[in-house]
Amino acid sequence: MAVSSVKELKKNRHFSWTRIKNQFLGIVGNPFNVIVFFTLIILFVLIIIPLLIMVQNTFVVAKAELRSIPGAKIGDYTLYYWKYLLASPLTKTIFWEPLLHSLIIGIFVTLISVPLGSIIAWLMVRTDIPGKKILSSMILIPYMIPSWCKALSWLSVFRNELSGSYGLLTGHGIPVPDWLAYGPFAIIIVMCMHYYAFSYIMVSGSLRSINSELEEMGEIQGANKVQILKSITLPLVLPAFLSATIMTISKSIGTYGVAANLGNRIDYYVLATRMKEFINDSPKGVGYAMSILMILLASGTIFANQKLIGTRKSYATIGGKGTRRNLIPLGKAKVPMMVFLIIFLFISMFLPLFVLVMESFQIVPGKGYGLNNLSLYAWIGKIENAPNPAFAQNGLFRNSEFGRATWNTIKLSVLGSLITAIFGQFFGYVTTRGRGKWYGKSTEQMIFIPYLMPGVAFSAIYFAMFSRPRLGGLIPSLYGTFALILLCSVVKHFPFASRSGSSNMMQISVELEEAADLAGASFWKRIGKIVIPLAKGGFVSGFLLSFISIAKELDLIALLMTPSNYTLSFLSFDYSKEAMPQVADAICIVIILFILIGNKIAGKLGGEVSKSMG
Amino acid sequence: MSRIVLEHIDKFYGDNHVLKDINLTIEDGDFMTLLGPSGCGKTTTLRVISGLEKPQGGKMTMDERTIIDADEAFYEEPSKRGLNLVFQSYALWPHMTVFDNVAFGLKIKKMKKDEIEKTVMRSLDTMRIAEYRDRYPNELSGGQQQRVAIARAIASSPKLLLLDEPLSNLDARLRIDMRAELKRLHKETGTTIIYVTHDQVEALTMSTRIALFKEGEISQIDTPLGIYTNPIDLQAADFIGNPRINFIDAKATFDGEKLTVKSPIGDYDFAKDKMKLDEEIPQDREFDVVLGLRPELVDIFTEDPQHKNTILAEVYASQPAGSESLVTLTVNGIDFLAKQIGLVEYDMNQKVYVVLHPSRMNVYNKETGRLIKFAKVKHHAGIDD
Repeated sequence: MAVSSVKELKKNRHFSWTRIKNQFLGIVGNPFNVIVFFTLIILFVLIIIPLLIMVQNTFVVAKAELRSIPGAKIGDYTLYYWKYLLASPLTKTIFWEPLLHSLIIGIFVTLISVPLGSIIAWLMVRTDIPGKKILSSMILIPYMIPSWCKALSWLSVFRNELSGSYGLLTGHGIPVPDWLAYGPFAIIIVMCMHYYAFSYIMVSGSLRSINSELEEMGEIQGANKVQILKSITLPLVLPAFLSATIMTISKSIGTYGVAANLGNRIDYYVLATRMKEFINDSPKGVGYAMSILMILLASGTIFANQKLIGTRKSYATIGGKGTRRNLIPLGKAKVPMMVFLIIFLFISMFLPLFVLVMESFQIVPGKGYGLNNLSLYAWIGKIENAPNPAFAQNGLFRNSEFGRATWNTIKLSVLGSLITAIFGQFFGYVTTRGRGKWYGKSTEQMIFIPYLMPGVAFSAIYFAMFSRPRLGGLIPSLYGTFALILLCSVVKHFPFASRSGSSNMMQISVELEEAADLAGASFWKRIGKIVIPLAKGGFVSGFLLSFISIAKELDLIALLMTPSNYTLSFLSFDYSKEAMPQVADAICIVIILFILIGNKIAGKLGGEVSKSMG
Repeated sequence: MSRIVLEHIDKFYGDNHVLKDINLTIEDGDFMTLLGPSGCGKTTTLRVISGLEKPQGGKMTMDERTIIDADEAFYEEPSKRGLNLVFQSYALWPHMTVFDNVAFGLKIKKMKKDEIEKTVMRSLDTMRIAEYRDRYPNELSGGQQQRVAIARAIASSPKLLLLDEPLSNLDARLRIDMRAELKRLHKETGTTIIYVTHDQVEALTMSTRIALFKEGEISQIDTPLGIYTNPIDLQAADFIGNPRINFIDAKATFDGEKLTVKSPIGDYDFAKDKMKLDEEIPQDREFDVVLGLRPELVDIFTEDPQHKNTILAEVYASQPAGSESLVTLTVNGIDFLAKQIGLVEYDMNQKVYVVLHPSRMNVYNKETGRLIKFAKVKHHAGIDD
């Protein structure tokens, strides 16, 4: 009775009710299968269906466009939105121009920030640059400052009369042209100060994993330093380098906050900002169509990345055990390299922080730092004592809006990260225990989808899905509710949370569970007595990382905001639009402190910023 | 009390056929070792028995009770099979003390507290680790962790104890100690044990029976002595025994009554009753065979011992190692190894007399690689035929 495949085995079998009953009980009676089932359902409902509905919305007439499309009824099939976007007299302004702007920004940001991050990584990992300990603790701080905060500090230096209040330079009589203060140049520089971190994190990780013996072997063969760098080191870090490149392009094309702060004032639009205008106003269908194109653009680059280096990626970790490394002496280049790093940190960290803090104390922005221009008004002032008519409100700590936004932020980030982290552990459990099985793979793939989408585009999906009642009123319209913002934040952070969850679960050997299984522990008992106690540490650091990320989020929630739900980041964004930079800055500082403290705690508990990349 | 029967077990991982029609009976009180190189399916078989893997085909019974019936998609839960398993990694729960690790299963069974205390301490005593009851696993050495893992497995008095390469993470000395420990445990408790290893010394020293695995199939089931004396094929012969067996190419003819072998180390006749006649043996024509000759069955003399199976050989090299000495010999241009007890030393190229024992040689059909002539089982080497 030798068989060679499962199929053959099944063919030899006779029909049996007992078998069918046992098979059914075997599947339903196993709680793990139940968890897998619910995981797949949840991911399908929260990711796939919204995506499909958004696609559908771009082909169906909505109420707002009834008058624009003669003879149409609500719900009719139409190509109106796509034509509006891609083949109308407006196409040039609403599509080609923003697309071109996005691409220009993406390309320049990549051209600058990838080499920047890689060089810093090389200096920090492979050379004998002095002060490494202090430098390495500071090198990622600029990345922790939310990118839109950096946009605000750019504004507080370069703002000119166009914004209603002066910046540092204009205030001192130095005229600042619009092209410097706003628009592509400013956006590119600010983004570079942020996205250098991708390249830094990836390339330094890859450099760390290369055994220095590989390079020493080259030296023994007679290669000089440049030759070693060119023919040994660079090819080995190439995969990491390419990954960083693709990620930087895709992220910088999708960023909203920086582009909105620095572009909108001079009508410089990119895809993300243009899309938000359409979704907030009309026709929304056009906005959805744009976000589909953005998703395709972003996921296209990421898939290109996997195609390009997917198979070669493996050797990035060769020689992972090589811990002893000989550092490359910089020699005469030591001083210039130090100066380079210090300038970088000065521009990306000290200056923005300094400017933000100082401006928050200024009575009239741009009027210098003389004592007569400084006050604590923006922080604690009362409206009747306002030294500057531009202050239309109490200082921050007396401001009920600030109180509400703080509460909203805390509520959102605590609840959001708690839910995300719990789901992340479950997803991690399903993907690690289902490794190589169909359900493990499909869970992994579905979870990955939010990662492909720029934050604004992702919230557009949720906007489309929940801005009206669904399932015949079973799910009410969630627009303007805290629940929608929470849901959107949670699902967007699924990829990171489940990654931290699966690395956590990977450390809990399956055998520990099997041993409990043999001892007679039920599935839930195993989870309660073995998995949860062991997963605790990883859970806490996963929680803190999504906590930080949700707390600083702007892009993702901008679209869903209504005044009662303002978070700190959106409130700051709002104030900066209303020509109240001092208050906006003060809020920024609060958020940055929040993030730095949160990160410190996460670090203590074993988390790393580099894991929350996104 | 606990007789395990596996019938036609088939297990696939995707298209990968990892267990091919496994049939195995383990008698009550057996110390059955599943032996084979890595990736041969022995651990999978153990996991199928434990219930951690579900085979797609086949049946398993314990004392006539059906445990697995793949045709009916019936798989008894692992915890209801009355067995326990010691993992290769020990799988001790790092967040529990030694006591809690051992007590876990008893608590699940809702045993009374004072009884748990007694049972846990008894099994800790058996494994001689009672003094570590309040330590955490990471505060113990590898050998102590191993003992905790075994204590945990025997605490529930399983009818069947499964051990998955339990000694592979220990150093050589501890391994010898633990072998003795396990052998005692088997004798004292009378529990049926199934033991997985790739180490033939472990298999030979501890088992009552050995199942030899090869690429997802069982190639031979026998006592340690049986497996050692008559490995079923060339691969098994090569795998079992240290130093490894000598293979010597030869020609043979079989006339239906006797096998005549012509080899560089002499010509021999073997009677039909010593042969494995269910194997493929060409008749009335010359075919290629391989002689299997255990190094310890080669006796070396410096003076002619006047024995009918004496041949003259030359010493190629000798390696005295205290309790035993290995000597490489050359006869008619072929090399083979001899093992002598004690410290013996020969000069290079020294002429020596070598006595071989044809009745204790194995003969394999070179084409099929299968054993066609049994070696006589004998406990001590000595001068006989």
